[in-house]
Amino acid sequence: MTPAIEFALVAALAYAALLFALAWWVDRRSRQDGGLPWLRTALVYTLSISIYCTSWTFYGAVGSAARGGLEFATIYLGPTLMFVGWWLLLRKLVRIGRLHHITSIADLISSRFGKSEALGALVTVIAVAAATPYIALQLKAVTTSYQVITGASLESVDFRAGFWVAVGMAAFTILFGTRSLDVNERHHGVVAAIALEALVKLCALVAVGVFVVFALFDGPGDLFAHAPPGFLHAEEVFGPRWITLIFLSAAAVICLPRQFQVVVVENENERHLATASWLFPAYLFLMSVFTLPIAIAGLTLMPAGADPDMFVLTLPLVAEKEALALLAFLGGFSSATSMIIVASIALSTMVSNHIVAPLALRLSRNRTRTSGDVRRLLLTTRRIAIATLILLGFLYFRVSAQSGALAAIGLIAFVGVAQVLPSLIGGLFWPQANARGAVWGLTAGFVIWMYALGLPSLEDGGPLGADILAEGPFGLAVLRPQALFGLDGLDPLVHATFWSLTINTVLFVIGSLTREPRPLEWVQARQFVDVFRGGAAIGPDSGRPRFHRTATSEELYILAQRILGAAPAHELFDTFARRQGLAQGLPLPTQELVEDLERRLAGSVGAASARAMMAQVAGGEEVSIDELVSIADETARIMRYSQALERKSTELETTARQLREANEQLREIDRQKDDFLGQVSHEIRTPMTAIRSFSEILRSSDDLESAQARRFVAIIHDESLRLTRLLDVILDMRVVEKGEIPINLEPLDPDAVLDHALQTCEGLRGTAPVTVTQGARAGTARVAADPDRLRQVFINLLSNAVRHTDKDAILIRVESRIEAGAYEAVISDNGPGVPEADRERVFSLFSATWTRAGEKGAGLGLAISRGIMRRMGGDLMLDVGAPREEGARFRVTLALTADDPPP
Amino acid sequence: MATRLLIAEDEPSILESLVFILGREGYSIATARDGREALECLKTHGAPGLLILDVMLPAVSGFEVLKAVRTEPELEAVPVLMLTAKGQARDRQMAEQMGANAFIAKPFSNQDVVQAVRRLAAP
Repeated sequence: MTPAIEFALVAALAYAALLFALAWWVDRRSRQDGGLPWLRTALVYTLSISIYCTSWTFYGAVGSAARGGLEFATIYLGPTLMFVGWWLLLRKLVRIGRLHHITSIADLISSRFGKSEALGALVTVIAVAAATPYIALQLKAVTTSYQVITGASLESVDFRAGFWVAVGMAAFTILFGTRSLDVNERHHGVVAAIALEALVKLCALVAVGVFVVFALFDGPGDLFAHAPPGFLHAEEVFGPRWITLIFLSAAAVICLPRQFQVVVVENENERHLATASWLFPAYLFLMSVFTLPIAIAGLTLMPAGADPDMFVLTLPLVAEKEALALLAFLGGFSSATSMIIVASIALSTMVSNHIVAPLALRLSRNRTRTSGDVRRLLLTTRRIAIATLILLGFLYFRVSAQSGALAAIGLIAFVGVAQVLPSLIGGLFWPQANARGAVWGLTAGFVIWMYALGLPSLEDGGPLGADILAEGPFGLAVLRPQALFGLDGLDPLVHATFWSLTINTVLFVIGSLTREPRPLEWVQARQFVDVFRGGAAIGPDSGRPRFHRTATSEELYILAQRILGAAPAHELFDTFARRQGLAQGLPLPTQELVEDLERRLAGSVGAASARAMMAQVAGGEEVSIDELVSIADETARIMRYSQALERKSTELETTARQLREANEQLREIDRQKDDFLGQVSHEIRTPMTAIRSFSEILRSSDDLESAQARRFVAIIHDESLRLTRLLDVILDMRVVEKGEIPINLEPLDPDAVLDHALQTCEGLRGTAPVTVTQGARAGTARVAADPDRLRQVFINLLSNAVRHTDKDAILIRVESRIEAGAYEAVISDNGPGVPEADRERVFSLFSATWTRAGEKGAGLGLAISRGIMRRMGGDLMLDVGAPREEGARFRVTLALTADDPPP
Repeated sequence: MATRLLIAEDEPSILESLVFILGREGYSIATARDGREALECLKTHGAPGLLILDVMLPAVSGFEVLKAVRTEPELEAVPVLMLTAKGQARDRQMAEQMGANAFIAKPFSNQDVVQAVRRLAAP
């Protein structure tokens, strides 16, 4: 034996010591300020999920590949499909787990189906039954690998290694896994240790794989050339067994208690799941990529009869790479120990919360409520449960050491925990599902599993004898364990999976349909199924059936102390007292306090026990349908009320906004009025100034030439005419405002009026030369209009176009046409156009925005023109479609009259 | 040589009456029809003895012209008489703040204009 091999025991011990030290250090550090941020990362979360890869995967996958070719891949494909494809299911699980303080998969099922104690216990029994052989499997792997690496004979099993590993793991788990009763408080030391182990096993397997492919062979090509014929068993790919195995491993990655523990219970951040959904499959890929090469190398290089389950270890040993062999041994050791640690934590929680706690509650019911410390009882229970479970695993290992390949036991466990799947999926997506269906389905599935798979796995049919396998119980062939109901010739695993899950599901559905959900079931169902909708909005606790009698604060406080411990209970009640504004003493036992306390208790002892404890203090918890209906009514009433309030406040808001807007409009009108008055004042004062000034000149000067005097008089005359016109405009405006403008309709050709207006405007002069271009014209059209008013409108538009254009060359374009039974004239210019915001304001009476300083005219034209057009049954519009660069485009429309001229 | 006045007024009849009554007093008179013309005239012919500014001038308003005058070192000292047809107190305040030396609302009496001009710039 080489020194390195002798070193194996020391290495294992040192490695174990390292795990202890790491866990101890992390536990201590994480309680200090800030903790250890890297512990809360998605990477560590993913690494902890990788406890899925146990020693069965580490050693057994190669064995499986050596015996069954590609079949080993199913164990990786299932979880990959689950994490990639069913990511939403996982997210729902994690969300529910966090909202409801779920402590285990048993707690989830129990909580979903009305906090049923029976269901919690049932799932716990199934989980323990499935996990005990699984723990045995790990101990066996460690023992065998230790014997292999120390070169001991495999003829007899040396149980010492397995025993000491069991003791060590029990000690580790008790030390670091049961520090707190609250399961949602993460086990940092444990998480750090299993994250390290996840890395060790990955490195070890990859190292062995690389060694095999590139040192023992010349790369993958060379290696696969040595594969025995038919090695891959390609014909079985996606056969019934394949599909079954993929399905089972997909179910296992959430239903196994330890997987549920790391994926749901220990999850701290939902977003970590998003990372895990690709990182975990990537981890699985790395773990599996060298499986085939190692199997081929083992089959090629190892003597016939060598145990394929140990190729990972024996290949480096045969090649005399002791260090690599040691690493592989530690990798297998890591795989086994991390599984044992997490599985025993998860199972001990289930045992203490769903078996011991309900029993303790039953027993203590007759005694005084304050006696005993439930907290210590439960923690002690968990510690004992851990030791017992691991010891059970060890005993199972002792009893069944010589039978069965590693992989077989693993798969049996998978089928066992898969029995939870119908209740789990149904519970998450089917509101109708109830406890009766879950109990029926789980019980039937469990029994069939034990009978069809567990029994045959025992030597000679176990206590019932070997005959039962061949002939069925009492000679009833139809009940043969491996050929139930005449279904013969199937692979035993496929057979057992098919029958157990089919009957499980059918009974689950029938049970759920034959009974109405109880009130608490109904409430829980809605919160689980609709966790992303109503669940979150309603909150996990509102609308929950209440207790008949409210407990006193003292009773609640004592209960809190018993479960949460003195300090946290004190803190919780202090917080509530402060929130209620009490300086000292206990808070009032409000519904809020009761609900919060129950939620906290649920995090420690599970939903069902928490409910039962609260019921004990707070009085009977049976809630009738009537009561639930009244609660629902009340909820509906409150919702209606709040909706009404919401409507009211919306209305108020609308009214306030309308008032604000009206006020704003008034202010704007006021401002426009001021502007308008200023404008009118200017328009009146200007001619008056000239009139006054010249009349003063005429009055005070005797020496004026007569020509000069005549000119001054003429100016005075012109300016007084101007004043008169202005007065007319203002009066017109008043008339338009009152709708009293006199309009004399007569049949006419509007184009003729337009031409007349153009002639009138020929003398128009702006600051630059004016060019009027004629576009297409309508020709002869017949409308009913007042020719003077229509001409006034055209002139107004044309003079506006001249006034508002400040280009060096003023271009005015005039066109007209018949469009949709109406005459349409468009007058456009090349000026600055009308700003978007002023499009409607240019038509308002007081608008002065569109007249600039120094411009003549009171800014009344457009308002009056539009009023005139509308009175004649037409309209005046500003083309909205016109881009600003094109200037302003005004459109005059008039409805065509019938061909017959009006009488 | 007679004192030179620059009158910026866009209303032809008012401009004509101003030119007449102030020309009669012996001033030499230049005219501008809008603010821009007034600024150009100031630039080319230098500071006049007095500037008469209408507030509502096209192109560049009377206040803008006043602002330009008061920020130009060569023109800073030019006395300014402002005329407005709006007759609002706001315009008067603004004119005073911006440094106009006198302010007369339209319609004005010729006598008032002549006295104000004389006070600001002897002929």
